[in-house]
Amino acid sequence: MGMMSIFNVSGSAASAQSQRLNVVASNLANADTVAGPDGQAFKARQVTFQTQLMGEIANDPTAAGVRVSNVSEDQTPGRRVHDPKHPGADVDGYVTYSNVNAVEEMVNMISASRSYQNNIEVMNTAKSLLLKTLQMGQG
Amino acid sequence: MLNRLSDTLDFQAQALSLRSERQRLIASNIANADTPGYVARDLDFAQALRQATGNLQPARALQVSQAGHLGGAIGVGGARGDGSLTYATSAQTNLDRNTVDMDRERASFADNSVKYEATLRFINGNVRTVLSAITGQ
Repeated sequence: MGMMSIFNVSGSAASAQSQRLNVVASNLANADTVAGPDGQAFKARQVTFQTQLMGEIANDPTAAGVRVSNVSEDQTPGRRVHDPKHPGADVDGYVTYSNVNAVEEMVNMISASRSYQNNIEVMNTAKSLLLKTLQMGQG
Repeated sequence: MLNRLSDTLDFQAQALSLRSERQRLIASNIANADTPGYVARDLDFAQALRQATGNLQPARALQVSQAGHLGGAIGVGGARGDGSLTYATSAQTNLDRNTVDMDRERASFADNSVKYEATLRFINGNVRTVLSAITGQ
């Protein structure tokens, strides 16, 4: 049944995009956190997408879903601000903030939500077409 | 005799199955719009339909030269040769080598949905015609 796997394909993409949105949310939430006692500040995370074939026939390129292959941490050093009165300051008086770039994260968020919407719309169209297919020969 | 009734239906059934396959292919492209390295595919519908129907015009019966031959059977259900799957070239280059052009994919998706529904209506019309021929009213 050809169109049935559209729900698998678009569903996997919607789930991958929502995971991306989750990561963006946690990055934005931690945008202003400072380093703890161990000196390690929060590191921005990013998801990597990978194609996953999910047709009924093996290696069928016409049903290509998406999965999150890994979540990687951004290794750029965090922002350091000189503020000796801050409780989180180190011996030199520097406070290390997380390395989250809020602008990048906002762009990422908009892109993820647009892609999510696209996939939901694909599923809606597929659903209405399948419902009309079910009524074939009756009208 | 029954061939004449079912030949058009067979042809439309092939078209419908190919349309649904193309719909799934475009859905895959849209799903992979953010996947690095993904290469968008598309289905050459005309060629795929020619392949699936064995290059036959609808409502033309096959030659029957022996008693055991089946007349007028066009194509095997949903048979699609791999040759009809093509790679879409990207209009703009992308840093992550992804060739999905979302504008084009959305347009193809809408186009394919409409044509899928058109094929459905052709089938419905055909069924209605056959039914009115059978009932004779």
